[in-house]
Amino acid sequence: MAKSIDVSNLDIYYGDFKAVEDVSMTIRARSVTAFIGPSGCGKSTFLRSLNRMHEVIPGARVEGKVVVEGQDLYGDQVDPVEVRRQIGMVFQRPNPFPTMSIYENVLAGNRLNAKKMKKSEADDIVERSLKGANLWNEVKDRLGKPGMGLSGGQQQRLCIARAIAVEPQVLLMDEPCSALDPISTSAIEDLIHELKSDYTIVIVTHNMQQAARVSDETGFFNLKAAGQPGHLVEFNSTQKMFANPDNESTEAYISGRFG
Amino acid sequence: MTAVQLERPTTSRRGDAVFKALATAAAVLILVALAGVAVFLTLEGMPALQAEPGALGGKDNIVLYVWPLVFGTLLAAFLAILMAAPLSIGLALVISHYAPRRLAKPIGYLIDLLAAVPSVVYGLWGIEFLGPRLGTSYGWLEDNLGFLPFFEGPASGSGRTILTASVVLAVMALPIITAICREIFSQTPTLHQEAALALGATRWEMIRMTVFPYGRSGMISAVMLGLGRALGETMAVAMVLSATGVVTFNLISSVNPSTIAANIALGFPEASGIKVNVLIFSGLVLFLITFVVNFLGRLIAARGQIKEGR
Repeated sequence: MAKSIDVSNLDIYYGDFKAVEDVSMTIRARSVTAFIGPSGCGKSTFLRSLNRMHEVIPGARVEGKVVVEGQDLYGDQVDPVEVRRQIGMVFQRPNPFPTMSIYENVLAGNRLNAKKMKKSEADDIVERSLKGANLWNEVKDRLGKPGMGLSGGQQQRLCIARAIAVEPQVLLMDEPCSALDPISTSAIEDLIHELKSDYTIVIVTHNMQQAARVSDETGFFNLKAAGQPGHLVEFNSTQKMFANPDNESTEAYISGRFG
Repeated sequence: MTAVQLERPTTSRRGDAVFKALATAAAVLILVALAGVAVFLTLEGMPALQAEPGALGGKDNIVLYVWPLVFGTLLAAFLAILMAAPLSIGLALVISHYAPRRLAKPIGYLIDLLAAVPSVVYGLWGIEFLGPRLGTSYGWLEDNLGFLPFFEGPASGSGRTILTASVVLAVMALPIITAICREIFSQTPTLHQEAALALGATRWEMIRMTVFPYGRSGMISAVMLGLGRALGETMAVAMVLSATGVVTFNLISSVNPSTIAANIALGFPEASGIKVNVLIFSGLVLFLITFVVNFLGRLIAARGQIKEGR
């Protein structure tokens, strides 16, 4: 079910403002791809364009192509709702639904897709997803409790469980650890390693060590100047990016000699 | 090293004290005013318990006199909310989530403007415009849905029925419910809305998953406030309704229950002696009804409160 993504000459606009310019890359299936770069360089915007979540903001549009395994995400016939069912997303701050129990939170996506589900079927999905998100042992005795009662790291893993419960082709993560403590962060990073065998994972992070730890390939985004659109400076295997990058500004950013 | 200043800076503390006193005084004043109203209504209303049929429009005792009015008040307000609540929630959703921003603002202003129309004007509109037009449709209701007790008829041609009064009340309650719901809906955290959308929810599914649960208690408060407005509205009902003081669920005939507020407004100019006490007693009943409605609203709203973890 994991799929690769081909992006070619993608421009992203918010109204008249061009936020991201001319990005082309191939994201491999069953691998972790990380995006790094300074704030406001468009990496989150680009990530959101991969499941059309940027369209939530009025006036947002793209030019160019995003092709997931032969299917153009921005084709005329394509429904963004359908796209988001295939390409899951985890956000910066954990956002379980406050009125739902842990159990219902995990099933939220499945309930949207298929109205009727047998109890045993639902139980299976919940157990499988929570195990997949390394949360099962911590919550199995309180599945009926509200998801909001968990710690921040647990909430984030609950959100990951919710995202993988619908068995998406791709999992997008927008700075998933930036609101978490180091212990929870390490739990999520371990989880990303495990999820890699089943999913294509794309992660945006501000933490360069994290990018180095979890990803197979890394893309570095930057702004040409303030007010200019962000663009992809370099896209390479993580090893190469952190050992000897092709681009000078990549090296400057990674080694902390930026700007 | 200089010593750390630990003495109280006197000026700002005095400001705090003054503000605290003002705020407390305001709170106490409200309570005193409310208690004053309650005491007045009780004291002045009590003599009505011994009122003779002559002062009670031919009814044997005060309970028989007040009951049809209570019935009319509740029926009119209930019908009004039945119409206004879904409409308001829909409108609020359009403004907060569906309409493009360029359109949403003017719609919001227009709705707010409805609240600025005086109730006398609504009354006139009800008699002159709405009543006759609804009157014709009442004939249709009688012919086609006459088997229901609500539309038994005979249909009133002038349309001055409790249903018309309810429609007017609904229009009057609409802006307040819409305004509050709109605010509540637009405060739904983006975080949760995005969570739903990212799972592949359509806009309506997203609204059901996040906006409604989040805004539940606010919606109930809004409806209760609207209900309060409908219960207490006097002028529009007094003008529109052709009241005879019966208890009936027949909504389209010219024989209608009156409401407490309208009855007071219409009866007070000619009332004297014990009749005034009778009207005041009915006012006390209305006071209690609104009190209970508000109290229930608070209770439900508090129970639906979402715990906003961390």
